[in-house]
Amino acid sequence: MTDTVSRELDARFRAAAAAEGLLDVAYDVLTGTPIGDLLVGVTDHGVCRISFDPDPERELETLARLHGSRVLRVSAPVERVRRELDEYFAGTRHHFDVEPDVRFLPEYNQRVLAQLARVEYGTTTTYGSLAELTGNRGAARAVGTVMNRNPVPIVLACHRVIGANGSLVGYAGGLERKVQLLQLEGALL
Amino acid sequence: MATAIPPFEAFYEEHSTEVLRFLGRRLGRDRAEDAFQDTFLRALRAYPRLEHGDHLRAWVLTIASRIVLDDARSRKPAGELPEVPTEENWHPAFEELAPLTEGLPPKERAAVVLRYGYDLGYDEIGAALGSTEAAARQAASAGVRRLRKETT
Repeated sequence: MTDTVSRELDARFRAAAAAEGLLDVAYDVLTGTPIGDLLVGVTDHGVCRISFDPDPERELETLARLHGSRVLRVSAPVERVRRELDEYFAGTRHHFDVEPDVRFLPEYNQRVLAQLARVEYGTTTTYGSLAELTGNRGAARAVGTVMNRNPVPIVLACHRVIGANGSLVGYAGGLERKVQLLQLEGALL
Repeated sequence: MATAIPPFEAFYEEHSTEVLRFLGRRLGRDRAEDAFQDTFLRALRAYPRLEHGDHLRAWVLTIASRIVLDDARSRKPAGELPEVPTEENWHPAFEELAPLTEGLPPKERAAVVLRYGYDLGYDEIGAALGSTEAAARQAASAGVRRLRKETT
């Protein structure tokens, strides 16, 4: 029977594609994390996407547009991120060693996210404070937009950014997840 | 307007089964699996150079045909090959058929190219053309008769 592509053949091709360095983005869907299924994409430069959207079709088109059309599902390159996320959700990891790949973002977004990366596990900061650190204290709303468009939530911990009055404000993955992540880190009771 | 180039994943998912079937008919199961991987790795290498997403099916089957030819050339001829991928009785590749069939009515042309270029079965051709197996067989043979008339 050569009618259908066996699981082994399929896996062999995907692994070879990654091993030969032919991919712009390797992605996989991590199922059953405490905050639901996550689509994780990695480039040669690091993790470029963590998405809460379980249906990857539109995600793949976005990844192809931003990084190149050779987007393929293959688990090996994503393994390291998967492991670090597992440890994070288990509470044993407070800092990610994988590099975020945000080279494709506007320079302003990159600067704001660089400041965000300094906000430590278990703490929170405010939109206004990040705005100030990036040189424009009045730009809290712009910072909010940058957070909303953060391509790698969790690894770049935009859930740690809240309103000056203590309100949670918003989260691209839904406020419920923001609460869950802050509780996991012990920043919220 | 040209079709956008899909993410490779979507392209692979759409065409992998057909490519494997095509290779299986040519090479037999064991060698088809290696050829399958070669075909899609070659496609992956060439993918960034595509200018649009039109005719990707024809494109990948062209790559697969070349892999089959390479495979046939690298082996001893005839006899031990399960089908007929020797140079003498090798079906013309569909890109070579395209100019030859230009004068045919569209349906006959499609049937001829799919049958002799892509090596599809009449059931598959019928499905592709939105008609029946019998109609596909009829269209292909009508096309071939017409070509014979035109070339003699």
